[in-house]
Amino acid sequence: MRLSLKVEPRLETSRLLGLMIPVLSLVSALAMGAVFLHFMGVSPAKAYSTIVRASLGDAYGISETIVKAIPLTMVAIAVMLAFTMLIWNIGCEGQIFMGAIAAAAAVRYCFVDNRLVMFAIMFVLSGIAGGVWAAIAGFFRAKWNVNEIITTLMLNYVAINFFNYFIYGPWRDPTSLGFPMTPLFPDTARLTCYCGTRVHAGLILALLLPLVFWVVLRFTRWGYEIRVMGENPKAAGFAGMSYVKNVVLVMFISGAIAGVAGMCELSGLQGRLQAGFSGGYGYTAIIVAWLARLHPVGIILVSFLLGVLLVGSETLQIVMRLPVSSMLVLQGLILFFVLGGEFFRKFRIRIVTGGGHRASPEALKEGE
Amino acid sequence: MGTPDPSRLLVRMEKITKRFAGVTANQEVDFDVRAGEVHALLGENGAGKSTLMSVLYGLYRPDSGTLTVGGREVSFSSPRDAITAGIGMVHQHFMLIPSQTVWENMILGVDGLPSVLPKRAIHDRIEELSQRYGLAVDPDARIWQLSIGEQQRVAILQMLYRRANILVLDEPTAVLTPQEAERLFETVRQMTSEGHGVVFISHKMAEVMGLSNRVTILRKGRHVGTVDTASTTKEKLAEMMVGQKMVFKIEKKISSPGRPIIECESVRALNDRGFPAIAGLTLSVREGEILGIAGVAGNGQAELCEAIAGLRRVESGRILINGADLTNSLPKKIIDGGVHYIPADRKGTGLVPNMNISENSILKRYWNKPVSKRGFIVWREVFSFARDLVSRYSVSTPSIGTPVRNLSGGNLQKLMLGRELSDSPKAIIAAHPTWGLDVAATKFVREQLLAARDVGGAVLLVSEDLDELLAMSDRLAVMFKGEVMGVIENPAGAPIEAIGLMMAGTRMEEAFASAGKEGRSA
Repeated sequence: MRLSLKVEPRLETSRLLGLMIPVLSLVSALAMGAVFLHFMGVSPAKAYSTIVRASLGDAYGISETIVKAIPLTMVAIAVMLAFTMLIWNIGCEGQIFMGAIAAAAAVRYCFVDNRLVMFAIMFVLSGIAGGVWAAIAGFFRAKWNVNEIITTLMLNYVAINFFNYFIYGPWRDPTSLGFPMTPLFPDTARLTCYCGTRVHAGLILALLLPLVFWVVLRFTRWGYEIRVMGENPKAAGFAGMSYVKNVVLVMFISGAIAGVAGMCELSGLQGRLQAGFSGGYGYTAIIVAWLARLHPVGIILVSFLLGVLLVGSETLQIVMRLPVSSMLVLQGLILFFVLGGEFFRKFRIRIVTGGGHRASPEALKEGE
Repeated sequence: MGTPDPSRLLVRMEKITKRFAGVTANQEVDFDVRAGEVHALLGENGAGKSTLMSVLYGLYRPDSGTLTVGGREVSFSSPRDAITAGIGMVHQHFMLIPSQTVWENMILGVDGLPSVLPKRAIHDRIEELSQRYGLAVDPDARIWQLSIGEQQRVAILQMLYRRANILVLDEPTAVLTPQEAERLFETVRQMTSEGHGVVFISHKMAEVMGLSNRVTILRKGRHVGTVDTASTTKEKLAEMMVGQKMVFKIEKKISSPGRPIIECESVRALNDRGFPAIAGLTLSVREGEILGIAGVAGNGQAELCEAIAGLRRVESGRILINGADLTNSLPKKIIDGGVHYIPADRKGTGLVPNMNISENSILKRYWNKPVSKRGFIVWREVFSFARDLVSRYSVSTPSIGTPVRNLSGGNLQKLMLGRELSDSPKAIIAAHPTWGLDVAATKFVREQLLAARDVGGAVLLVSEDLDELLAMSDRLAVMFKGEVMGVIENPAGAPIEAIGLMMAGTRMEEAFASAGKEGRSA
């Protein structure tokens, strides 16, 4: 008798299991993170409680968490939209930067002293900039089947260096004492903030976008097309849908959302282009989209959750002297477990007690 | 050819039981394979044939029962173990890598190859095996470029390459023409004469009778019996299979064809490899008739269907639907123009497996009223449409929210038929509509196509089941190398030799003349 593990495909995934898997993934990631923190010489319980207290313990903490959740939600929607069509937009980070550059250009070259008009200009330009940036990858994918994971990723570096060119070069604030940053935006070019916190008007977009795309994907003809194309491009062609056209369109919209997210971050929060502008929202959003199982409303919740982690980890750096990278490890663990959890959605593992022995080549030769 | 020692068992499966989430797919099934025999495994869809063979091939572990290979009890934990034990399986859907060449596929999963692949030696071995077993194939061709029949040869070669001495063929003839099937049978006979054991899964009675030495019949996961082929009849087998007497007939009214609906005028089109697939083909299908298309696989039938449906570029010539020139129009326009295409590849092309029945039901009408209004999908309408389809075409499913991937082959086809035929379409293209279906589902599909014809539909029926074509078609066109060798006006009465000659490239007049001569001299 011997025990062995047998992996079998699941015929169907129950609803409960579908909900439990991301939760368990998250718990496992945090448990794994606890081990990691332990070896860093930090008490995991203390570290986790610091994270929770810093991010949710008071109104300020919550507001900061929301501030982080705003770009995460928007960008995760961008990731989700592309992935619905089975396109991996890994390039949101670059699209955020392009959106920010466009918004800064709008303030610099066509400033209008009216908040609403200025906002509209920035919105459109940042959307176009992010959208075009993503559509480049979409076009190559559609036309020559170039892998968009690689192109979007590589375009990130181009965008970031493009951004650096402006802040180190022509747009640098002459009064910044040499710091790589543009001058602060005039007040009219800033988004409104609420209740004396840093929560800005981007919040409205962050709440609106998931709902809009939930409706679009579920109830519109175009949403149906996108879903069919994501599930079975051949059937989509058979039904007369144009894959090529829609890859470019979906990438444009996905990039536009990321670009607008960059504009919100810029105009709502930072007020100027400066080094380290995004802080990896474009990548974290991929985790968000997957943890939320690409569900638009789930994305809001998960963004908030990861906002907790981001805010908490900033505090952790200060309070417990943990390096920033340790928090990246924690994020990485989460993505790792989430993707690993996907396996259990499709397969189950059974422990079997085998009566016979494994067929080895020797045994078979003897058998003959 | 010496008589094989009947006592020499290659494989013995005893009391195999396998359950899936409450469904018992195999209940204490016994099965064995002797050296040098063809053992047919017969049963309707869902009778448990595939499950039993998956157990044998190490894909599933049985819940109970024993498996003995070469006199030793074994427990396979993966196909790799089964392959090592000399068991090879050719699935209905070939496990080949489309983007790679034939020879690259040949060495898939072969252990102990040097890091620099001995391409020459591999080629030689393929050459030798193809010659010996009559499995002609170009080792340098890429899989996606091959016809289904050729891919099957590669899949069989792959098993022989790994020195499998027990070969499981899962419905191998479902995708073949009579000639190709006959070639396959030659291959099988060659293998058994060398002492291989072959398991032949099928529900085509005639083939089972013609090829096998023994037959095991499964019904609803249970072992109904194992009989010597020589001591049984088709009818007895069919009875054991379905548990009641079956009628092998198609009731058909006399057709009254009207004006032409589908017209192809000197159409030329290329295949995926960029070579001519349709070479100046002209044919027309009239209102209220079924035009059958016979031909060996890969003679342009698939490309013809795609060209008419707008899924393949027409290089020259014209395609008219109901009088309107729709050559190279967008597929949507062609669909709106009344062309309803039932593709051979149900899950791959015709349906979206991960989407549910209602979502799949509107695949070809989602842009039209009433299911769609002002850019929105009106789900209320979709649901009632889907419910209507499910009941009218007796799709058996728990609900219209069930993902299509969970439906059986027969139900998939019923759903697709419903979608394509529900509003009495003018032009219907049906490619291998009964491929892989069980007896009851096949009957249903045929009746539905005839019904569509009777209300004035022009049906282009592509099939590789010649019996089906002869029974269903009002006229029969035979294709060879992208051309029509001739259109036979009363196919049911036509000499089968003539059709065979036409499939091999003889023009109709000549084929009929020489078939007539043979008839007289015989």
